[in-house]
Amino acid sequence: MENNKTQYWKGLDELHGEEAFEKQRYNEFAEKLPLGKVITEPEMGLTANRRDFLKFMGFSVSAATLAACTTTPVKKVIPYIIKPIEIDPGVANYYATTCSGCAANCSLIVKTREGRPIKIEGNPESSFNRGGVCSVGQGTVLSLYDSGRMANPTKDKKDITWQDLDKEVLEKLKAVAASGGQIRILTGTVNSPSTLAVIKEFIAKYPTAKHVSYDAVSSSALIEANRQAFGKAVVPDYKIENAKMLVSFGADFLGTWISPVEYTKQYSAARKVDDKKGMLYHVQFESTLTLSGSNADLRAVLAPSQYGDALISLHNKVAELAGRAKAGDSSLELMGNSIALTAKNLWANRGKSIVITDSNNIDHQLIVASINSMLGNIGTTIDLANPSFQRTGNDKDMIGLVNDMNDGKVAALFIWDTNPSYTYPDSKKFNDGVKKVGLTVSFGDRINETGEQVQFMAPDNHFLESWGDAEPKAGYMSLTQPTISPIFQTRQAQESLLAWMEKPMNYHDYIQNHWKENCFGKQTEHKTFDDFWVHTLELGFMKGAPVTASAESFGAAANLSTAAGRAKAAGTGIEVILYEKVSIRDGKEANNPWLQEVPDPISKISWDNYALVSPKWAEEKGLNDEDVVEISANGYKVNLPIVRQPGQRYNTVAIAFGYGRTINKEAGKVVAEVKGANAYPFAQISGDSIIYNGATATITGKGETYPLAFTQTHHHMEGRDLIRETTPSRMEKGDFGQPEEEGGSAKMISLWQDYRFPGHHWGMAIDLNACTGCNACVVSCNAENNVAVVGKDEVRRRREMHWMRIDRYYAFGDTEKEPKMHDGYKDIDALDKEKKIDYENVKVVFQPLTCQHCSNAPCETVCPVNAISHSSEGLNQQVYNRCVGTRYCANNCPYKVRRFNWFKYFENDKFDYTMTDPLARMVLNPDVVVRSRGVMEKCSFCVQRIQAGKLKAKTERRGLVDGDVKTACQQTCPANAIVFGDMNDPNSEISKLVVNKRGYGILTDLNVRPNITYMSKVRATPEQLS
Amino acid sequence: MHYESPIRDPWIVGKTDYTTISNEICGPAEAEPTKWWYMGFTLSVLVLLYGAGVLTYYFFTGVGTWGLNKTIGWAWDITNFVWWIGIGHAGTLISAILLIFRQEWRNSINRSAEAMTIFAVFCAGVFPVLHMGRVWDGFWVLPLPNDLGPLWPNFNSALLWDVFAISTYLTVSVVFWYTGIIPDLATLRDRSTKKLRKFTLNFFSFGWNGSVRHWNRFELVSLILAGISTPLVLSVHTIVSFDFATSVIPGWHTTIFPPYFVAGAIFSGFAMVLSLMIIARKVMGLEKYITIGHIEAMAKIITLTGSMVGIAYGTEFFIAWYSGDPFEQFAFINRAFGPYAWAYWIMISCNVISPQLFWFRKLRRDPTFVWILAVFVNIGMWFERFVIIVISLHRDFLPSSWAMYHPTWVEISIYLMTFGLFMSCFLLFAKYLPVVAIAEVKAILKSTRGGKPEEAMIGRGKQDYDPELAYRLVMAAKANGKGQGHAVAEHDSNPGDENYINPIAQGGGENE
Repeated sequence: MENNKTQYWKGLDELHGEEAFEKQRYNEFAEKLPLGKVITEPEMGLTANRRDFLKFMGFSVSAATLAACTTTPVKKVIPYIIKPIEIDPGVANYYATTCSGCAANCSLIVKTREGRPIKIEGNPESSFNRGGVCSVGQGTVLSLYDSGRMANPTKDKKDITWQDLDKEVLEKLKAVAASGGQIRILTGTVNSPSTLAVIKEFIAKYPTAKHVSYDAVSSSALIEANRQAFGKAVVPDYKIENAKMLVSFGADFLGTWISPVEYTKQYSAARKVDDKKGMLYHVQFESTLTLSGSNADLRAVLAPSQYGDALISLHNKVAELAGRAKAGDSSLELMGNSIALTAKNLWANRGKSIVITDSNNIDHQLIVASINSMLGNIGTTIDLANPSFQRTGNDKDMIGLVNDMNDGKVAALFIWDTNPSYTYPDSKKFNDGVKKVGLTVSFGDRINETGEQVQFMAPDNHFLESWGDAEPKAGYMSLTQPTISPIFQTRQAQESLLAWMEKPMNYHDYIQNHWKENCFGKQTEHKTFDDFWVHTLELGFMKGAPVTASAESFGAAANLSTAAGRAKAAGTGIEVILYEKVSIRDGKEANNPWLQEVPDPISKISWDNYALVSPKWAEEKGLNDEDVVEISANGYKVNLPIVRQPGQRYNTVAIAFGYGRTINKEAGKVVAEVKGANAYPFAQISGDSIIYNGATATITGKGETYPLAFTQTHHHMEGRDLIRETTPSRMEKGDFGQPEEEGGSAKMISLWQDYRFPGHHWGMAIDLNACTGCNACVVSCNAENNVAVVGKDEVRRRREMHWMRIDRYYAFGDTEKEPKMHDGYKDIDALDKEKKIDYENVKVVFQPLTCQHCSNAPCETVCPVNAISHSSEGLNQQVYNRCVGTRYCANNCPYKVRRFNWFKYFENDKFDYTMTDPLARMVLNPDVVVRSRGVMEKCSFCVQRIQAGKLKAKTERRGLVDGDVKTACQQTCPANAIVFGDMNDPNSEISKLVVNKRGYGILTDLNVRPNITYMSKVRATPEQLS
Repeated sequence: MHYESPIRDPWIVGKTDYTTISNEICGPAEAEPTKWWYMGFTLSVLVLLYGAGVLTYYFFTGVGTWGLNKTIGWAWDITNFVWWIGIGHAGTLISAILLIFRQEWRNSINRSAEAMTIFAVFCAGVFPVLHMGRVWDGFWVLPLPNDLGPLWPNFNSALLWDVFAISTYLTVSVVFWYTGIIPDLATLRDRSTKKLRKFTLNFFSFGWNGSVRHWNRFELVSLILAGISTPLVLSVHTIVSFDFATSVIPGWHTTIFPPYFVAGAIFSGFAMVLSLMIIARKVMGLEKYITIGHIEAMAKIITLTGSMVGIAYGTEFFIAWYSGDPFEQFAFINRAFGPYAWAYWIMISCNVISPQLFWFRKLRRDPTFVWILAVFVNIGMWFERFVIIVISLHRDFLPSSWAMYHPTWVEISIYLMTFGLFMSCFLLFAKYLPVVAIAEVKAILKSTRGGKPEEAMIGRGKQDYDPELAYRLVMAAKANGKGQGHAVAEHDSNPGDENYINPIAQGGGENE
């Protein structure tokens, strides 16, 4: 069988049993496998053998496996499926709009990045706020991202849709109108012409409707007094810039009164001393130390009950000089001969002076009007023909409304931009009244105290989401345009009103129509409306021609002697003073963490409320700072810790508005952390006015203490040469406040090789004479540089993160007792022991402090890891990435401007203010990195702005010119106190300022060579006034 | 009547010989730990673990858990660091400088003082590392090559000098201590009967066999290390003082700091040696070797260095006044009379006033009193650093930034942790290693053994020549690195000879 088997063969090699074949025979693969080149990509220069292939595969598989182990976080990107044509990622857009932080309505420029507003700046073109913004205005951009705002309209606190809301409100409104029920629209100050037109239309549609305007802190008496005296019910336009003498009775016009940014701009311009002789003299009579009082040349304290007497006394002294009739009888004098001195100087500067008071007592205002009239100021420095519309509230109307509601006379109430359940002195009566109204609607942005009382909430947009306009000054029309589409399901209140008058329309169209009809005709520059509209939007405002001011005569309607008779008050016991804090104001922006954390410029306390008392009084009662007391007046009681305030009148207690809010945590998580008591109930409703000051209080110690969040705990300069001061007359003699050289000036030598700055050399000049201490720069810096808000507890531990701070020191008003340099410490103690210190008569100085960018920076040498470097442009640069956090630099910084990240502020839930809140973090500036835990940070001279300025110049193919780069603090400063620029540029403003005779550096003896030049303060002494 | 004063007091008292020394010193290391040891060790470890837990919390939360603020960037952290580093100074001083100056009394205490130094440096090292805001990036202070380009640490910074100074100090101290312990490890090995123990000890004693060649090298290395260590005693604390002296802060920026810090360090170091050794000699029955004389000698050093520190305090005040610098003047007035005056006066009473009590012989020879006073000195020296750091920082140039500092429980716990660490290490050392240098004590046994002082005299009285005494002197001199003693020339058997029997190694071999 075997033999029969056919022999098959594959080829001749097998048949012949060739050696090569035999060798290959038992190889599985006859041909050599290309094992060396499993992957060949010759063009990529890649060849891999089998082992490599297995390695690659193994790696890929395990890498993929590992990568699959974690869930990839979902990162939301801005869905630019169709990119808006005007938005380029990474490039900021700027829009002009109008601020609604308060009724002053400053013109703004809003910086937006990728469609979200991140920074507010003053509109430099504006003739009124001239590029300045206050701290509150700066803060409004954060309020936009407040997660406490309402996301929906509600009915009885339950979400409903706008359609349902409209339907229900309209139904009820029609019923009210049909039955002839009274309708009231209660607003704050409204100076928007188009809004007023809407309200007018609404009233036309529902003739029983009336508009009631009410201000939490009202200037009603001023308006009423002007009506009685001059027949014009307005707040006049105060031309501080043209004045030589300004006398204020309590009005904190630099801090809070009516239009602080505008007044500060004018005030600092009027007090400039370098280019002209003679500056504005400022006399302040007040009961507690205000921002304005701390800047005054002469400051005298008086009790609230003495206002009438003091005003009559001043009136009569001026009348004597003017040869006019006296009114009433008072010859009160304060602090020596302050009133006589003031009268004399006012008369000397007649026609160029201004007398103001913030008193809401019509009689007081009438006397002031009479003084101004006698001095011939009406029509020159006080313009009633082109008035201000920044306060329109009418106390009489409001008191009437509350009575009407309680009498059941009101059937429908719309509340807009005001919070009377919190701010009205008798809020219980207001709330009781609201309960009797059939239809109550609020346009509030959150369920606040008033929101709790109403049936319907129709939340209004934030002003950065809105169309609008404003007329803060007669003829000055500022436009508001949205910078972001509404974040929540909110609707402009004007649109709501239009909807409820069955005329639903887009407010943009309405306002355009309004401007077409009312404004377009007032100008000649633009031929077509579209052209006019686009240009005005771009510029932000339009200015009509002013009306010629005339000297109004003091009218017969005002009975001055009756007023003088009524103005006198008998003060008994401890008198209550109510005041607004610079950054909290009436409490509207209380849920803003930036504004809560920025310390009060005078007391240097952030977050909480307290009662200010005089140091002498506290000593008598054995009370100290932070001791809790019970203050009761008007049958109302509060518990507050006290703070001894130099400059406070003896036997008075001052409490700020804006605290003691009762809104729930969802509507105000920041407010929920703030402790303090509501001060509004201490105000008294007297006749047709709300009188804020003068309630008689009893104060009893509670035997407890409450720790306050001070940012500065030592208030005396210890005779150190940090702030230099001179007077106008000393300046004329060539004394610019610089110390006398002892034995010639020794040249400072340095062990280090000096830096050379071949290109730019950045520097800053801060004019202490201009700075009013208003805090706007601090908040601006926070917004620009993503400075963390750390909360009350951390501020108590002295750990606030502010890159910029304003140091505040007190000095004695009496120069005789001024301690000498070197002996300060001893002298004060001695004076204190002898009880010779007059704590009422103090002077205040402010010193903004930020990184000095020293040329011989002590921080740079001590860092072990080189995390601080000196740039070729003179910047002291903190490199966050390299910093390991030894804090040696902060210890070695003589100015103590470095700030350490004690915690991970952007992730630690303890700091739920800006960076941990997903909505609030939208305000972060993408150009500035958010600092990690454990690294040091400090002022960078806004290096991102320097870079942006350079880039802009480069793309425009030109060199950098002065003014291309402005730091955030400089830009916002209402007083123009800060100048930043290139010291190598001989034409720059800064180069002129560094050689200014008032210029000096602080702590230059250390040879650290700071690059910030301070300019000494100029303050007239009372002797110079005479 | 003629009275001849003794050359020196005996450094080893009571009846003892080489065998007894070996037995007494090795005994505790070989026996089972006592109940007291277990209790002490457990307590120390518990404190250490508690502190480590707090440290973990601190690590994950941030420096914010401490009481520091914008004005005061350093407080307990650097206070504790400088305090521990200062304590570490006695060890090197005893090992190196006293060796070079041939102070024989050091032989009984140098082992434990050096161990203490090492453990103190461990504890000190905890703080500069942990005080960093980003501990995990702390290695950036090392001059490591990196791929980010020519990025080096800042050689101008005193903190960087610290890194080098302390790491050098720790390295040299460890090497010196370990070198010294090698012959004793061999002794332990030779006495051991267990195989594993024998093997391990043999490994760690590098196979020491007591040969002349080994001894020769041992002596030589000791001498070289002493030479290296001597400048370190001065340099480490000098550089630590630069952390302050090179700054601009009034109260820190002072040229007196280097000598003042060194004196203070030695002062606190001896105080710590005393506080530990007075307890150890009692508990471990080492009164023979650590005598009242030792305590007295250390007490004298404390008085000397304490007075130096006191003069430095006075000088600072004088210079502040003399400089005419108002900031400087204020800084010192504020120290003595400001809100932290209590800390300043604790410092003055503990550091300047209390050591003066040692002028009374009776007091400095009373162990209980010396121990209490040593603890006071340690408290005082802690406050000295607190005064320098916190009081200078809390009120510097701009009064607006003045602030107060209050420690938090986290800082206190971390400080406690270092005590746990220190005591755990020290108890382990005291249990498992000979706390007294056996070989070195044997070397001075005969020359300083108690008895009539005349016995130790040579060429001074009746006994002109004693061969045995000659051996002793040779060895003592040798152990002290002197080389050959003057008596050697007259003796027929010297260390070079074959017949020479090493009296020190003898003790080690007796039990075999």
